[in-house]
Amino acid sequence: MMLLRVFLAVCGLCFSGASLAQLEIQVTRGIDNPTSIAVAPFAWDGLGAAPEDFAQIIDSDLARSGQFSPVSRRDMLSLPTRAEDIFYRDWRAIAARYLVIGRVSKGAQLRVEFALYDVERGIELFSSQVAGPEFEARMVAHRVADAIYEKLTGIQGAFATRLIYVSVTRNPEGKDFYRLTVADADGQRPIVLLEGRDPILAPSWSPDGKEVAYVSFESSRPAIYRQVLATGAREQLTNFRGLNNSPVWSPDGKSMALVLSKDGSPDIYLLDLETKQLTRLTRHYAIDTEPTWMPDGQSLLFTSDRGGRPQIYRYTLATGKIERVTFEGRYNARARVAEDGRNVALVHQRDGRFHVAVFDLVTERMTVLTETSLDESPSIAPNGSLVIYATKRGDRSVLGAVAVDGGVKFSLPARSGSVQEPAWSPMLFSW
Amino acid sequence: MTTKNTLGKAAAVVLMAALVSACSSNAAKEEAAAQAAAERAAAEQAAAAEAAAAEQRAAEKQKAMMAEKREEKRRLMDAASAVGSVFYFDYDSSSLSDDARAAIDAHVALMMADGGNVRLEGHTDERGTREYNLALGERRANAVRDYMVASGVPGYRIETISYGEENPIAYGSGESSWSKNRRVEIK
Repeated sequence: MMLLRVFLAVCGLCFSGASLAQLEIQVTRGIDNPTSIAVAPFAWDGLGAAPEDFAQIIDSDLARSGQFSPVSRRDMLSLPTRAEDIFYRDWRAIAARYLVIGRVSKGAQLRVEFALYDVERGIELFSSQVAGPEFEARMVAHRVADAIYEKLTGIQGAFATRLIYVSVTRNPEGKDFYRLTVADADGQRPIVLLEGRDPILAPSWSPDGKEVAYVSFESSRPAIYRQVLATGAREQLTNFRGLNNSPVWSPDGKSMALVLSKDGSPDIYLLDLETKQLTRLTRHYAIDTEPTWMPDGQSLLFTSDRGGRPQIYRYTLATGKIERVTFEGRYNARARVAEDGRNVALVHQRDGRFHVAVFDLVTERMTVLTETSLDESPSIAPNGSLVIYATKRGDRSVLGAVAVDGGVKFSLPARSGSVQEPAWSPMLFSW
Repeated sequence: MTTKNTLGKAAAVVLMAALVSACSSNAAKEEAAAQAAAERAAAEQAAAAEAAAAEQRAAEKQKAMMAEKREEKRRLMDAASAVGSVFYFDYDSSSLSDDARAAIDAHVALMMADGGNVRLEGHTDERGTREYNLALGERRANAVRDYMVASGVPGYRIETISYGEENPIAYGSGESSWSKNRRVEIK
């Protein structure tokens, strides 16, 4: 009997609190001189206890960037929540370079007012506020962290984003157990979207971050589904004979590129999500798979072994022209393009080992980012700063992340089982 | 008067004789008919017996053929199970080895005999990307299918599916595990 459950990702029902995280994100290598920053506990102006420790969430986000070294709360000499309570000497004494203070109030929504100070110069750099529903208290805190990160680095923060991933519990006596989970980018608030004893593969996000698509073998054959996170509503998009694989939404959200082998060998097709019309894009007896969109929606990158070995090719929609993109190495596959349309994260084989690498479409330079040897499924954060990927540790698949410039590295060990195929959400503009 | 009587008697004798003669000719006819009927019955009986015997012979022959077929099928099944239902491949290859071909031949012979359907499941090792590996697994399953079709099995009796690297037999990382996982299974 098929064992399958589809879940609603209704956030009112979801869990909060650190203890339920499946992934614990650890910085394994930060930058040499991370910037010291102090996030003083935020004041709470509401009934009962604060729903979250906002300062703690912001502190953890900044620490997880690998670029900041937060000051421990125990070392703080004073705990200001208003500008007039700040004594810069208290912060200079503990060598904090920057200070963040804030206040949280609760009306119809949560409202966080916060400010960032340059301790050395003794001035306010920036103040702002973020509001959101109480059940998204953690996301509200992540948005504060995004704003501070952007102010200090010039790069848009991506803490208020989410991840989907597949976890697998091995069962040597029978079928493995698969789970598709969505969690905040810090691994907290995991929500299971689908689970069962049949493989779940190739999860990807809709450009508005409200839906996911994936491949499930629940009908004993692969089929492509889309699922709305908020309601759990699910639609089967394809279940042709042969492969049904690699669904990726176009940047405008109107169509989906995917892989079918119904006409012989695997080729790239375009599915119009409204009319359900299917257009075949590539036509080759070799394997064409793993499509990914350029951010402008004008062309797609894909993996093909038409040259004998898997390499990345580009398909231009207007002309149908196909050109080879990668030439370095015997194996380049599963590309994902950063929002800048320039950096391409992919799996690159070097000396028989499979690494995550970044290929620059402009300079055509390949930079290997990892030392591990069985890496796969790279996915780029929507701000282009980090690549999350899956790799092997012993018999288990685990997640890792690395800065696009290779400087900072993270591991995201799971509590148990294997975790694979991470996909980073786009920027989320609504709750 | 006397003459008349004599004539009358004579007439009566003639009549009787005629009657007798008539009687005797009827009896002969009946005897012949009965004999013919008996002969027919005997012939029919003989024919029926012969038919029954033929039928029995045919049934026996059929039985023997069935037994032979069963025996043949058992032999083919034994042959197929002796070669196993898993065929292995080299790294990044969907070429069938001589061993795999010989093994598939045994399954083809069984399929031709029993008219059954098969499902071919293609698998890869864990190296490389999952989605590309799904395509590689399909290529392996198709290689087995194509060989079966070339050997005479109708294509519609073969279903292929790829699991890529999703269902490893051996979980470890290393050639000893990988070589067990690069396979096509007949189900």
